[in-house]
Amino acid sequence: MEPFKNHRGLLATLDRANVDTDQIIPKQFLKSIARTGFGEHLFHDWRYLADGRPNPDFPLNAERFKGASMLVARNNFGCGSSREHAVWAIQQAGYRAVIAPWQQRGETKVPGFADIFRTNSLKNALLTVELAEAEVEEIFQMVGRFAGLEATVDLDHQRVTLHLPEELSFHFEIDPAVKERLIRGLDDIGLTLRQEDAIRAFERGHDPQLKT
Amino acid sequence: MGQTLFEKIWNRHVVATLPDPAGDGAGGTALLYIDRHLVHEVTSPQAFEGLRLAGRRVRRPDLTFATMDHNVPTDDRLVIRDPISKTQIEALAKNCAEFGITLYDLTSTRQGIVHIIGPELGLTLPGTTIVCGDSHTSTHGAFGTLAFGIGTSEVEHVLSTQCLSQKRPKTFKVEFTGHPIAPVGAKDLVLKLIGAIGTAGGSGYVFEYCGEAIRSLSMESRMTICNMSIEAGARAGMVAPDETTFRYVAAEDRPFAPTGDAFDRAVQFWKTLPSDPDARYDRTLTIDASTVAPQVTWGTNPGMVVDVTGRVPEPDRVPGYHRKDVEQALAYMGLTPGTPMTEIPIDTVFIGSCTNSRIEDLRAAASLFKGRKVAPRVRVLVVPGSQQVRRQAEREGLHEIFTAAGCEWRQSGCSMCLGMNPDQLKPGQRCASTSNRNFEGRQGKGGRTHLVSPEMAAAAAIAGRFVDIRTWK
Repeated sequence: MEPFKNHRGLLATLDRANVDTDQIIPKQFLKSIARTGFGEHLFHDWRYLADGRPNPDFPLNAERFKGASMLVARNNFGCGSSREHAVWAIQQAGYRAVIAPWQQRGETKVPGFADIFRTNSLKNALLTVELAEAEVEEIFQMVGRFAGLEATVDLDHQRVTLHLPEELSFHFEIDPAVKERLIRGLDDIGLTLRQEDAIRAFERGHDPQLKT
Repeated sequence: MGQTLFEKIWNRHVVATLPDPAGDGAGGTALLYIDRHLVHEVTSPQAFEGLRLAGRRVRRPDLTFATMDHNVPTDDRLVIRDPISKTQIEALAKNCAEFGITLYDLTSTRQGIVHIIGPELGLTLPGTTIVCGDSHTSTHGAFGTLAFGIGTSEVEHVLSTQCLSQKRPKTFKVEFTGHPIAPVGAKDLVLKLIGAIGTAGGSGYVFEYCGEAIRSLSMESRMTICNMSIEAGARAGMVAPDETTFRYVAAEDRPFAPTGDAFDRAVQFWKTLPSDPDARYDRTLTIDASTVAPQVTWGTNPGMVVDVTGRVPEPDRVPGYHRKDVEQALAYMGLTPGTPMTEIPIDTVFIGSCTNSRIEDLRAAASLFKGRKVAPRVRVLVVPGSQQVRRQAEREGLHEIFTAAGCEWRQSGCSMCLGMNPDQLKPGQRCASTSNRNFEGRQGKGGRTHLVSPEMAAAAAIAGRFVDIRTWK
């Protein structure tokens, strides 16, 4: 995996909650056996009209978001199907990070990203950044007010900074093991293969088929 | 302190506890051993390609099983006209041959939706871990199995190592007290749950379903409930194994289940799995099953659901959703706030999918179709989940009931649940569907999906609109 380096880029906003992976990459594009070629189909059914022209009403088609590399959306981003094609499509369309809000519901903190999507993203060094709802709302406001607004995501310091006349920074949490893997660009399978002795020892005492 | 069902299974599959770089002990990542890895054609080709590029092998082909389901046509399944679908199907066959993996292909009498055939083959066993590159892997949790969906990178990881590095999820006890009043059933219970906690309410948790309502359910119904755990955001949902479970596993023709003395020893082990009385959960929720009504979704995610006696909601009156979310959903669905659910006409009915295509589902649907006709201009697809379900249904004569009523009796596969094959909705069509997702375009671009139980779907097919099956004649 490529290491995740600090990244500065243009912010684009998609004002939708519960964006599911069926929307991110519709099923007709899952038939490919390759790992590339998904970027042009990102959000296909929202992005294009029936005749194939770009849908002028779809926010990410706006001229001001051309070349964006950080996507900001609402809660529960990436829910639904486990298709990793959704992550590949987002990356191949030029995005390096997605920002979504966690929500406080009673005593529970509801994550901003669906579980499988987050795991898939972090396996591909697409950074998922979770911020508080009010912070994400502030980013939406600022992107609305300042055309061409850029941000820097600094994984080491776990910080997103909006490059406004007066800089605005938000701290985010990330699992330390995942952070380490992203910064060093470690191969997850390679790491597990280093545990070969432990796996072998485990297999000697474990019958997965319950036949002994 | 006692342990939960989940903790017992998790603990006996930890190969190693992984180093925690922050050193604060909060990492809690384990290398978890995977007992069975199920594979299908859509999420695996890039994983096999990854193995080839890295010069790696499949560590345990004996624990890896594949089938073809998503792309499969359900009319003449041996003729795949879409060349891209055909390539994907052929890629799986080639990969299985190259890496020595057992494959139930389109000519196999055991082919079917991956989550239907796992239990049928006796691959799904209590106390074990199962993964598959498919979010509905949660289905297998009905056996007291820790089963969850993974992406393609993790598929490659399991192929190479038979392990996954996983952060331990939290536990969520969902108790259904009382008994649902027939014909209310499993689908209604799980839709009620998703409506109550939302599509992200279970994110980061493993559900354990319990309570007298769950205990009295068949394995088929438990699978329906566990299947939709992911629609509430939970990667896995589980039911403690009991005599119902043991009977299912002991049934004839489960070639991979233990038999004889091994079965008896397995049962002794399985009896130790239910959560201890003093086990603690991170969260609990209780739902009185006796008050649950038949459920129908009105929106574009499974949490947008009401009782069949309810109405399409006003945009500013749906807890957990912003007005704009609801307006977007209603615009897509072509629905007007205030419309009674029973006044919504449908033109398509889909009975199938890994949620509701087992024999019990087909029997339930057939009981309504018997002696009745499908409403004019309504198309009904009945798609058994596997070849085995299809044969069983035909032995019982269910196919004759379906065809006499005017339904299409089809071959096994994922079919119209996700429209990766020729079974799709056209723009604007409205479907009563026993599947699991009512996302925009899920069943075909522009198609409108209402999730319901098999009984509700069959009644909608006959009436041409949704009806309250508790009072409908």
